[in-house]
Amino acid sequence: MASKDSGGGQQHTNRRSDEADEAEVADNEASDLKERHEKLSEDVDSLLDEIDDVLEENAEEFVKGYVQKGGE
Amino acid sequence: MSARRIMGIETEYGVSVPGQPNTNQMLASSLVVNSYANRTSSSGSRARWDFEEESPLRDARGFELPREPAVDPAAPANEDDLGLANVILTNGARLYVDHAHPEFSAPEVTNPRDAVLWDKAGERVMAEAARRALGVPGTRPVYLYKNNTDNKGVSYGCHENYLMARSTPFGEIVRHLTPFFVSRQVMCGAGRVGIGVDGRQAGFQLSQRADFFEVEVGLETTLKRPIINTRDEPHADPEKYRRLHVIIGDANMSEVATYLKAGTTSLVLSMIEDGWFSVDLSVDGPVAALRAISHDPTLKHLVQLRDGRRMTGVQLQMEYYEQARKYVENRFGSDVDPQTADVLARWESVLSRLEVDPSTCSRELDWVAKLAILEGYRSRDNLDWNSPRLELVDLQYHDVRPDRGLYNRLVERGRFDLVVSEDEVTRAMTEPPEDTRAFFRGRCLARYPQQVAAASWDSVIFDIGRDSLQRVPTLEPLRGTRAHVGELLDRCATAAELVDALAGR
Repeated sequence: MASKDSGGGQQHTNRRSDEADEAEVADNEASDLKERHEKLSEDVDSLLDEIDDVLEENAEEFVKGYVQKGGE
Repeated sequence: MSARRIMGIETEYGVSVPGQPNTNQMLASSLVVNSYANRTSSSGSRARWDFEEESPLRDARGFELPREPAVDPAAPANEDDLGLANVILTNGARLYVDHAHPEFSAPEVTNPRDAVLWDKAGERVMAEAARRALGVPGTRPVYLYKNNTDNKGVSYGCHENYLMARSTPFGEIVRHLTPFFVSRQVMCGAGRVGIGVDGRQAGFQLSQRADFFEVEVGLETTLKRPIINTRDEPHADPEKYRRLHVIIGDANMSEVATYLKAGTTSLVLSMIEDGWFSVDLSVDGPVAALRAISHDPTLKHLVQLRDGRRMTGVQLQMEYYEQARKYVENRFGSDVDPQTADVLARWESVLSRLEVDPSTCSRELDWVAKLAILEGYRSRDNLDWNSPRLELVDLQYHDVRPDRGLYNRLVERGRFDLVVSEDEVTRAMTEPPEDTRAFFRGRCLARYPQQVAAASWDSVIFDIGRDSLQRVPTLEPLRGTRAHVGELLDRCATAAELVDALAGR
């Protein structure tokens, strides 16, 4: 997460309202982020449904059978 | 120099015949390569790869024909004796079997966007090759994967090649490139399920390759892999050029990741060539740092710099970005070429977002996109990191088939940002780049398929029915372009005419 540099804020006379503004901004950012993540996870859910359809059968056997020789 | 330079990417693909555990992978690889080569060449005659060693200090001028024939037609090419498939394509690429993998060595290009284009064309060639192999009676389907490990202790490579000024001291390359390579995986990692060479330790890491690197500098590529590889076969005038052979990268599916990998590396090399770096970003214990950065997908791990500072991989990349931004501003100002400006802009954008929330890079970076799918499965189906299903997702992300590869499915659904168009990629399967010697190589193959006996990076050899084969050296990568020989090739209806024209006869 980005940290806010609030060191200079100590000198302000209207610190209280600055803090309130910052808190509001932070709230908005947090809800934006939450919204984005929610949208993202909805997205992922529908993606997983599609991937389920194309994923190879019997995962364990399939990955066990994937054995390579060295290259390069 | 800038983000532009002579470069090329060579990729070994994983090869598997499901349901047939004792597959001979050399034969499976040969089947794939031959299936593509046989059907592509209408003539039935296939040009072989020319293993003839160059006499390096001569022939530096380009396409001047030697007076005497340089090749004994009876001399066998060593790998041909083993029957391993090895062909040159009309796009200037080499398609062959390297050890037990089909490999696509892309033609030389001059910029990162073209590197993406012919790297992607390689994926399509592989997919098409495997599809054609289905038509061979008695064979089972061969699956190909553009990844770097079987998760059982074996790794295979995706190597980048960059032509550099020979005059640059190698020590400087090592000093400034090592921290860059240790950290660029935050953008260019392809993502991997499993920790350790055999992947037995449960977890997810940024890079497919990080755990396979053991030393800082060396010549090896298969044992004791080094962060900086010292192989130096320029396939060009060795007094003028060094070919930096980069073995540390993952094979990327993401076009943006490949673009950034090639573009940012080229920029860093330009700064090294120009002696631009005033800071030393050397890292304590680079091999351990490489792995530690890879093992932390939260990107919080701090590496120790020799100057006493501690920073994350992203911050270390940001240091390089800042250097590059100032360098380009200083050298080019507003005259900077659009692609270099674009590489810088994307580099900064990706790093800034990685710093705040890596998930915002899911349309650009492989490891981020892969991790999102994996986390989706973990939460939906309550899976542990050692679940075979997650390992399968990791593997199948790299499947080159358009309908089964998970990366390809994401593209299909518009979930990935692309750098090149599919039409361009389709053309690049058969057409060479126009601004390097690959144009001459590829066009000769297309135009005189019966008469090209062999070719390599630095020569094309013609059999035009005379007593000896006629070898045309192509030592200068920037010659043999469309501008240079396009008109000549158009004019010469036969290879004999071309050879005579080049010899001034």
